[in-house]
Amino acid sequence: MLADKDRIFTNVYGFQPWNLQAALKRGDWDNTKALMAIGQDAIIDVIKASGLRGRGGAGFPTGTKWSFMPKEPKPDRPNFLVINADESEPGSCKDREIIRHDPHKLIEGALIAGFAMRARAAYIYIRGEYIREAETLFAAVAEAYDAGLIGKNACGSGYDFDVFVHRGAGAYICGEETAMLESLEGKKGQPRLKPPFPAGAGLYGCPTTVNNVESIAVAPTILRRGADWFSSFGRENNKGTKLFQISGHVNKPCVVEDAMGITFRELIETHCGGIRGGWDNLLAVIPGGSSVPLVPAKDIIDAPMDFDGLKAVGSGLGTAAVIVMDKSTDIVRAISRISYFYKHESCGQCTPCREGTGWMWRVMERLRTGDADISEIDTLQQVTKQVEGHTICALGDAAAWPIQGLIRHFRPEIERRIIERNGGSLAPMQEAAE
Amino acid sequence: MAEAAQIPDEAETRARWGGFAWTEENQKKANAILARYPAGREQSASIPFLDLAQRQVGEETQTQGWLPVPVIEFVARQIGVPYMRVFEVATFYTMFNLAPVGRYHVQVCGTTPCMLRGSDDVLAACKNKGLIKGKTTPDGLFTLTEVECLGTCANAPMVQINDDNYEDLDYDRTIAVLEALAKGEQPKTGSTIGRQTSCPEGGPTTLTAMVEDNHDYRGEWA
Repeated sequence: MLADKDRIFTNVYGFQPWNLQAALKRGDWDNTKALMAIGQDAIIDVIKASGLRGRGGAGFPTGTKWSFMPKEPKPDRPNFLVINADESEPGSCKDREIIRHDPHKLIEGALIAGFAMRARAAYIYIRGEYIREAETLFAAVAEAYDAGLIGKNACGSGYDFDVFVHRGAGAYICGEETAMLESLEGKKGQPRLKPPFPAGAGLYGCPTTVNNVESIAVAPTILRRGADWFSSFGRENNKGTKLFQISGHVNKPCVVEDAMGITFRELIETHCGGIRGGWDNLLAVIPGGSSVPLVPAKDIIDAPMDFDGLKAVGSGLGTAAVIVMDKSTDIVRAISRISYFYKHESCGQCTPCREGTGWMWRVMERLRTGDADISEIDTLQQVTKQVEGHTICALGDAAAWPIQGLIRHFRPEIERRIIERNGGSLAPMQEAAE
Repeated sequence: MAEAAQIPDEAETRARWGGFAWTEENQKKANAILARYPAGREQSASIPFLDLAQRQVGEETQTQGWLPVPVIEFVARQIGVPYMRVFEVATFYTMFNLAPVGRYHVQVCGTTPCMLRGSDDVLAACKNKGLIKGKTTPDGLFTLTEVECLGTCANAPMVQINDDNYEDLDYDRTIAVLEALAKGEQPKTGSTIGRQTSCPEGGPTTLTAMVEDNHDYRGEWA
């Protein structure tokens, strides 16, 4: 288990105040000027060397992403940093803890990341439903301005940098980076076609990088403790520490920071008091938020919780939102509810997603009750393949994958429901003896 | 869409809300919002302005608030864009109410992580207190909506009522929250089982030094 001294988010549960005074005592904003003094490219090199991969789900190397930004922005086209705090993936609840309990780590990270990518300002896009969290964030940003930590001559570094908070209003799709930019510009959150990528033309047509809250908030600690420290945790290509969010059928659901690559068993045993009803009662796990396929119990128990470890069992780390389901779960209903979520959240721009999500949900509901024909399972599988990869953004894929995972691993359960509903029985035919 | 709200009669709302303008306090807030965006990018304020306007309507009607058409037109004028650019935003985002709601907008999360932890019981409690999905109770106190994931999954199941969350619910505790609100009391927000935010129930498995003291771990860094 990770030692407490190696945890980045020391106030993750909010036992202590979030304010600047308390944050300073925990080591935030400790000589930030010196961290910046090593130079913009040196900061990017440290982040690259640390092996930090984006914490928002896709896992793109963060340092590399920063290096895509223009090195010499023009005055009329400044660079922007947009921080994605639109945490809406079912199962995810980590950015909320950072924002309401350790907001200064995020604001300091915004300054350092913004400086490294030569940004003029950062916009933190926080989901609208995080009302109290946004209040904290607004107050923390105001504190940082008053203390001269951001704004003109931030931290005495000679660099001018603004941090603005922008509240959304309830749309999952705004977590997609180009939809977020549309929303920041005051429009409906409908994703843009790429290219141009945001690093070329993003917010207001200016070069923009969109990063997850956690990716930004860990940056100052990585710079303070060195790339070697961060990369000493986890396996090759899956370095560092990570906030895991465990929900569902464990004895003690929680958010906890631990090393990447911790096995599922250790994560649950150490922090969550085990599976409800014991390990034999485990049915399946969705290891990375609702968009990734579920993994049946036997495959997940000893799997390492990192990008490659979960890819090997046919799923993904996503945001490390671990949804645990025990044997009391109506697994078809659980996935059908996720299908409803995507139907509700489809932005309506691309036809395969707009029509497909509703269609898939309606078929899933019939599979739930068994009011279907066996052949419809294959039809559904085929439709998910037609939605996947045929939309502007990844919401279509995200809607398709949970269903594909269900069919891959629980097809017998779906067939059983259909047969029983139609009056049949899976038990061997009882024949009279004579 | 079948589930879309019935937008109230336009002539009536125009008579009631045609003269909508920021209060003095909200004008200051509106100015602060506009200052966050570059000149010429006032449209960026559409979502914050709609939120502010909905809150002002809420204060005037003693509800969570909603967005009558004349108020949306007012927001469009404030940021200098055609009405339709703001109306489409108001209809796109779920937090904007296009029809009046009650004093308390009870938003029960029903997405899978909450479902696994018993959001059915939360909805049953609401139903047994007379709340019907998509409707306001006859006394104007509660409007019930089933919403999608509110990002509180480690404290599931949960409900957001106006600006506050009530987490770690079950049937009885949901009833208790609703009854307290109906009596005009303010129930304790956050976890309803006395848990410290998203910490494991019964105490943290990590960072135990932080419980009592604002511990500085830098001295232990190697």
